[in-house]
Amino acid sequence: MHEEKIFQDKLDREIKIEPQDWMPDAYRKTLIRQISQHAHSEIVGMLPEGNWITRAPSLKRKAALLAKVQDEAGHGLYLYAATETLGVTRESTIEDLNSGKAKYSSIFNYPTLTWADIGAIGWLVDGAAIMNQVMLCRTSYGPYARAMVRICKEESFHQRQGFEILLTLSRGTVAQKEMCQDAINRWWWPSLMMFGPKDDDSPHSKQSMDWKIKRKSNDELRQQFVDICAEQVKVLGMKIPDAELKWNEKKQHYDFGQIDWEEFWNVVKGNGPCNRDRLEARKKAHEDGDWVRKAAMAHAKKSKHKKQQTKVG
Amino acid sequence: MIGEEEMNSTGKTFLTDYLLHLADDALILGHRNSEWCGHGPILEQDIALTNISLDLIGQARSLYQYAANILNESHPARNVSEDTLAYLRDNREFKNCLLVEMPNGDWAHTILRQFFFSTYQFFLYEKLVGSVNDTIAAISAKAIKEVTYHLRWSGEWVIRLGDGTDESKERLLKAFDMLWPFTGELFHMVEYEIVAADLGIGADLNLLRSKWDEKLKIVFQEAGILSIIENKIKPGSNWMQSGGKIGKHSEHLGFILAELQFMQRAYPNSEW
Ligand SMILES: [Fe+2]
Ligand SMILES: [Fe+2]
Repeated sequence: MHEEKIFQDKLDREIKIEPQDWMPDAYRKTLIRQISQHAHSEIVGMLPEGNWITRAPSLKRKAALLAKVQDEAGHGLYLYAATETLGVTRESTIEDLNSGKAKYSSIFNYPTLTWADIGAIGWLVDGAAIMNQVMLCRTSYGPYARAMVRICKEESFHQRQGFEILLTLSRGTVAQKEMCQDAINRWWWPSLMMFGPKDDDSPHSKQSMDWKIKRKSNDELRQQFVDICAEQVKVLGMKIPDAELKWNEKKQHYDFGQIDWEEFWNVVKGNGPCNRDRLEARKKAHEDGDWVRKAAMAHAKKSKHKKQQTKVG
Repeated sequence: MIGEEEMNSTGKTFLTDYLLHLADDALILGHRNSEWCGHGPILEQDIALTNISLDLIGQARSLYQYAANILNESHPARNVSEDTLAYLRDNREFKNCLLVEMPNGDWAHTILRQFFFSTYQFFLYEKLVGSVNDTIAAISAKAIKEVTYHLRWSGEWVIRLGDGTDESKERLLKAFDMLWPFTGELFHMVEYEIVAADLGIGADLNLLRSKWDEKLKIVFQEAGILSIIENKIKPGSNWMQSGGKIGKHSEHLGFILAELQFMQRAYPNSEW
């Protein structure tokens, strides 16, 4: 009881929970689940965008995209390190991804079909991720919050870069404008789904809010996102593919249409257009890398041994 | 600048050819390495290899930009840019050596290709830092810092693979047999390189060869494979492939360009 009281007291006083602190089992489990899902999302997220690295339309864009996808790998690293502070190894966490046990953000189960998708992902997907991540900078678990601060800076850069890709397209040829609108049409609804189920259908939300892991509900974040994008899209001269999108003077928010929840749950269950491809790609990288990791370990062991011998000698 | 005057007075395009050769080497290897992004064997190494790609693409851009300036000075209407040079030349106009267009293969192939090339590039840029052409000297001074790291990283990996497990050693030796015939071209000077070297703009590659050999031996020794390949690396003991530097490439380059240039070809005259 005493330990629980200290834990609760820290939460109440907005003091971060640190790895060596006592924490309820369920709190630890929730964090492991959430942070590892988040890490996997960064890593799987490298795939749809990585698709376009070899086809980027200019050297400047190629370098920027390469650097962006590399940033995502870095985010994965920070987050795997954060899960390790909770007592699970990176290997076992990755094992859970490859076996299909762990989830990652469903958005990456949609395909990148044209160059404009790289812009749309930056603007909408990184944009939606930022809403969530800015909130997580204040999350109650210290290592997670600190990882988020670093990540957020880079994500907002990604978002601006994505918007700028779309802006360039929106000022370009007819074909480029069409490409731009088409990408927005395809990525808009999946981006709204990134905030998760409606608050009424979100089983973990209430407890996460009490633990101050989450600070805002799914629906609150989604509304905030819609309000921002509805304005930004005007700068692009493009349209958001929702006939019901309309400013509501009374609420001081945009109203928007129904999300297709049947599609949402199906993609979560593994029926999205790219679920199988993404998992296969991750598994292949892991399996192909097996001999490399073994070689690195064997060499490290031998070198250590040699060093010890020279010390003795 | 001596290089440009010389070119204008003799009407030769050796300087732009030389720049394009250096740039194409960097771009094509950067492109190849970038194919790994998101698929690497270890997250940290995925990041490291992407860094190398970024460095190489950066070097290519500086060199293309300089070549474009020169070309535009003589024919302003042509409107050459780094992107027209990278995206609108075809197979036969590319001047990279064959080594850099070889497929990634497994990690051992990619590592060894990088090690061969970085060793070459290190000694090359070391020389070009002293080029009489100020722009080349400046680009090289920046690049050599990057290449120093590429060389250390790839060399450490060669050692790791050679010394690691039986499987990694076998894979490294297999990669060696595959890639070795493409290393001769690195030092086989073509006309624009000879002219550039004579004018003090470029490097005399014959003088770099022994340093390259020496570095290889040190690393292969530490990797525990020198005794196995010693006979193969003796000069003259192997037929060497060449042609890339004068636009006679392997079949691989066409597919690289098909991917690399797709957008610019499918949507010409657009801003991206
Ligand atoms: Fe990220
Ligand atoms: Fe991002």
